[in-house]
Amino acid sequence: MAFSLPPLPYSTTALAGQGMCQETLELHHGKHHNAYVTALNGLVESKGLAGKSLETIVAEAGKAGADGLPVLNQAGQHWNHVLFWQVMSPKGGGDKLPAALAAKIDSDLGGLAAFKEAFKQAGITQFGSGWAWLIIGHDGKLKVTKTPNGANPLSTGEGQPILGVDVWEHAYYLDFRNVRPNYLDNFLTKLVDWDVVEGLLKSGGMKSGQGA
Amino acid sequence: MRLSSRRGLLLGAGASALVASRAFAQTAPAAGPFTLPPLPYAPEANEAAIDTRTMQIHHDLHHAAYVNNLNAALKDHGQIGGLPLGVLLTKLAELPDTIRAAVRNNGGGHANHSMFWEIMGGPGGTPSGELAEAITRDFGSFETLRTRLETAGNTQFGSGWAFVTVSPEGRLGIAQRPNQDTPLMEGGRVLLGNDVWEHAYYLRYQNRRAEYTRAWWNVVNWDAVAKRYAAAKAGTLGI
Ligand SMILES: [Fe+2]
Ligand SMILES: [Fe+2]
Repeated sequence: MAFSLPPLPYSTTALAGQGMCQETLELHHGKHHNAYVTALNGLVESKGLAGKSLETIVAEAGKAGADGLPVLNQAGQHWNHVLFWQVMSPKGGGDKLPAALAAKIDSDLGGLAAFKEAFKQAGITQFGSGWAWLIIGHDGKLKVTKTPNGANPLSTGEGQPILGVDVWEHAYYLDFRNVRPNYLDNFLTKLVDWDVVEGLLKSGGMKSGQGA
Repeated sequence: MRLSSRRGLLLGAGASALVASRAFAQTAPAAGPFTLPPLPYAPEANEAAIDTRTMQIHHDLHHAAYVNNLNAALKDHGQIGGLPLGVLLTKLAELPDTIRAAVRNNGGGHANHSMFWEIMGGPGGTPSGELAEAITRDFGSFETLRTRLETAGNTQFGSGWAFVTVSPEGRLGIAQRPNQDTPLMEGGRVLLGNDVWEHAYYLRYQNRRAEYTRAWWNVVNWDAVAKRYAAAKAGTLGI
């Protein structure tokens, strides 16, 4: 089995009214994400990845530290983008979260406003390329965190992401130029599909279904 | 091609983003020891590799933010803030924990971008004289230097820079660094360097970084680079 680029769960024009234009989605999915998939497939034989799930590959590459970076860069970015496309949708946004997710955010993170501020700060303060995350930690509690480049909470061993936002400049440069805070505000208020996030909370995180 | 047919629309949206971003960049104009150097040429001057809009955003907003954030970090640290930038960047390990990352990221960003503007705005072409001889001596040929610097830029995963380094004896080398790190932080000196953060090339080249790093040579100012080479050998190259 080879890694594959999953189709976007919506058209490339579907999010244009919500701050993510067609050109961004075409490039981000069709070029950037696709390049990670192609590069990862090119590493399967030389790095002995055959037979492993994407999740296992990411976790093992993370444990390997600097030696694992060539694999982590591509495998992590493949996993990260698979999640990213899922957590946005044309019906995303708004402040009405499904009940179980809202209650969990209230109890673990002090409410929706506090969560949004922490998530936005994680994205702003991830210097350079990377991601901000909402994860289920090993204690079962929700937590906001961030990782550089292609890393993620599976590779750092921090927990299971249920929401992630790409803060590589390619994710927002056409729509927001240098103003990352506006991109993050827009993501939280207009793009996040909270039903999907609650589904991931209930299932304990995303299973990509991808493997080598 | 579909991408270019939407260019007009894209630039329209960008105009309002630019207005908004100017307001954002000016929210904290911290006075301090460091200032944004003006571009030494018009923002149109690098058109052979870099579009005018990118030059404006890159200098007026990205670089300005590094300067503002650096000054803000140093606000309550008067003695440290009095150091020249090239010296400050060698003392990261000695800085208080509370400002070390901010000085590394923003001080590095200020040094890297100041160098970057200085060595562009030229007609490209090839170096001459003593610098050309050093390139042949240390790389075999100018074409080898070009290829090696492009490879360093193209393979820097995520944000970062590709540099040609220069020793006090005039020896040249290649280095790549993530984010805004620079060989200055290890006491080294940079002859020239190319910014491979996506903001440096995304508006014109999108995901095609290798096209950008190849076209970039078209705007290198070899006279300016030769001055840096002489200064490095004289021990007077600050950053
Ligand atoms: Fe991305
Ligand atoms: Fe830059």
